[in-house]
Amino acid sequence: MGAFKASWLALPLVGFVIVTLLVPIFSLIRLSVYDSTVADALPKTAEALKEWTGNELPPIATYEILGEELTAAQQTREVGRIASRVNRILSGSRSTISKTPRRLARTDAPDVRAAFISIDEDWGELAIWNALKQATDTFTSRNFLQAIDHRLMPDGSIAPMPESQQVYVTLFIRTLGVSVAVTLLCFLIGYPMAYAMAHASPGWGRLLLVLVLIPFWTSLLVRTTSWIVILQQQGVLNDIFVFLGLVADDNRLTMVHNMTGTLVAMTQVLLPFMILPLYSVMTNIPRDLTKAASSLGANPFQAFMRVYFPNSLPGVAAGGLLVFILSIGYYITPALVGGSKGQLISNLIAYHLQTSLNWGLAAALSVILLVGVFVLYVVYDRFVGIDRMKLG
Amino acid sequence: MRTHLTGVLYFSALLLSSATIAEESLTVVSFGGSYAKACVEGYHKAFEEATGIKVNLEDYNGELSQLRAQVEAGSVTWDVVDAEGPQVAIACDEGLIETIDALNLPPSPDGVPAEEDFAPGTLTECGVGMVYYATMVAYHPDEFPPDKQPTKVEDFFDLENFPGRRGVHRSPQSVMEIALMASGVAVEDVYDVLDTEEGIERAFGMLERIKDEIVWWEAGAQPPQMLADREVSMTIAWNGRIFNAQMLENQPFKILWDGRVVDSGGMVIAADAPNLENARKFIEFGARAESQAGVASHIAYSPVRKSGFDLVGNHAITGEPMKPHLPTNPALGGRQLTLSTEFWLDRRDELIERLAAWLNR
Repeated sequence: MGAFKASWLALPLVGFVIVTLLVPIFSLIRLSVYDSTVADALPKTAEALKEWTGNELPPIATYEILGEELTAAQQTREVGRIASRVNRILSGSRSTISKTPRRLARTDAPDVRAAFISIDEDWGELAIWNALKQATDTFTSRNFLQAIDHRLMPDGSIAPMPESQQVYVTLFIRTLGVSVAVTLLCFLIGYPMAYAMAHASPGWGRLLLVLVLIPFWTSLLVRTTSWIVILQQQGVLNDIFVFLGLVADDNRLTMVHNMTGTLVAMTQVLLPFMILPLYSVMTNIPRDLTKAASSLGANPFQAFMRVYFPNSLPGVAAGGLLVFILSIGYYITPALVGGSKGQLISNLIAYHLQTSLNWGLAAALSVILLVGVFVLYVVYDRFVGIDRMKLG
Repeated sequence: MRTHLTGVLYFSALLLSSATIAEESLTVVSFGGSYAKACVEGYHKAFEEATGIKVNLEDYNGELSQLRAQVEAGSVTWDVVDAEGPQVAIACDEGLIETIDALNLPPSPDGVPAEEDFAPGTLTECGVGMVYYATMVAYHPDEFPPDKQPTKVEDFFDLENFPGRRGVHRSPQSVMEIALMASGVAVEDVYDVLDTEEGIERAFGMLERIKDEIVWWEAGAQPPQMLADREVSMTIAWNGRIFNAQMLENQPFKILWDGRVVDSGGMVIAADAPNLENARKFIEFGARAESQAGVASHIAYSPVRKSGFDLVGNHAITGEPMKPHLPTNPALGGRQLTLSTEFWLDRRDELIERLAAWLNR
């Protein structure tokens, strides 16, 4: 009972986790499949379009209902949101929809359908009606389909996007590739560094630790922009290469605003996340173990590979997982040094959140990323065991 | 403990009262940098002096997401927002901003009513235009032999005769238009062509010619920096930024006025603005021809009012006559296209995705 009461002390923490983690994740998932903007603003139109087959223009009555509801939406100033939703399904329909209620009162066409068509001839086409019908679905798979470069056709079938608009799958694959590459690079550089730190004399060890920690504590932006200064064509590194005669002055290397820049900067920024768990694991490996191996006849290489390295694996696992998960969601560094070919999926998520305001698509992309990380976690738990992981 | 509590209460009471009796003020949100500075010098100070209302200036990046979040959360802290043409139209349709019906816009100094004095399309239901700015090509003259300097927008896409890296804004807006003009499309046909599949392919085809040499930029401060660093030899840029580099940093950059795209930015009032009355007064003041000309004495952006253009004099710091640097000055010559807000409202989402896909091909 006492223990139960004591656990109340953790209530603020539970509340904090619910408010800052579970609620946002839930609303993110909801946002990716649910959007009632159009259905709420045009309820009667949605009702009328349910019956509509999509093979010929809707009856005049439907035009009348839509006209009334658009005019009402104009009063409440919701027409822009309706227009931007439909425009995502059918590019070019935003202005058709937003100008219709403005001009409807002023036309002198014989009937409503003719009035609509006189405002914009698109109203005489099936495409805009199909898009409108799709937009009235409150639950939609559209965002997830678009996130894997597919789209919903008017007849309900699923088709790939035109090739000129396929982008997300490529970016997911690239993000995965970059994350694996950065994790490997961090391991290759970080392991010897951590080994040196753990086995140097205490003085040197402390100095090396400080050298790792200072960049760790330095602002991410400062480190990223420093890489631009170092790597750009008129930058420090190219100057040195030209001075040494390694490259010609008119043929300087392009090392930033491309994939090289992304890999170099991300590896440097994420390196401490690999080194620190490795270091903490390595300092706790008894030195006697390798000595014992040697005394039993192992050469230094065997002693390392069969005794030392397996003992350091929990650190490798922890560092690898940290670096991989951080790089999957990396955003600022690729945006600054990535150029056009170094962009990752998070950059497009940010774009849809901030610029295109297509939060549904941004949410779908994020959910895919989240599920990917979660799957990785489960696989990792199955093979390595999450309780074996040591973060320090 | 008692005294401690009293102290806290006293302090919070003090905070509350200071919030309620604060002097009259309003929050103006703009793009920051040299443009915001030009506005402060050009008319914010004069407004504060004339009305006693304090202007709190904030920066934003021109995207609607923040305004939208404020309006949807029901806690709007912005009053007046500076925005580009397409953004004004979207925000207007989405109900993020107040209509300007209640405004009493001042006539020109010689009595022309505001409706006739503002350039067509710059005074809309929701926004009051301030200045025109241009997106065009700028270059570093030392990158090319003196007898072979770029003279027309075609040269930007001609790597053979004008070698070097190219800076391009990572946004289809204005870039597609410049590419089409360079491909030989007449100014008046640009948007008709761009509205077709062949037109879009044609624009991408022009960009394809320089693709390997492109350095993409996102912030307006980058192009002058890249030119100064000789990271690029030519770049698409905003004219005000290049002008500032020429004037204040003595950079030798040249502007290629041929093939420029001009767009107007304007002021809007946020929906449910906390200081609505002050916001109205502020826009009425900022819409005066003198205010617009004031901005143009600090940065090379053209007043959208005809009377404002006529009033433009010399640069406030260097004394350079400003009219020859204003992007809508007919004396500049070359091809000039006015950005179509309607086109970008309709096709922006799609073209952004196509640009991203093209970049990754």
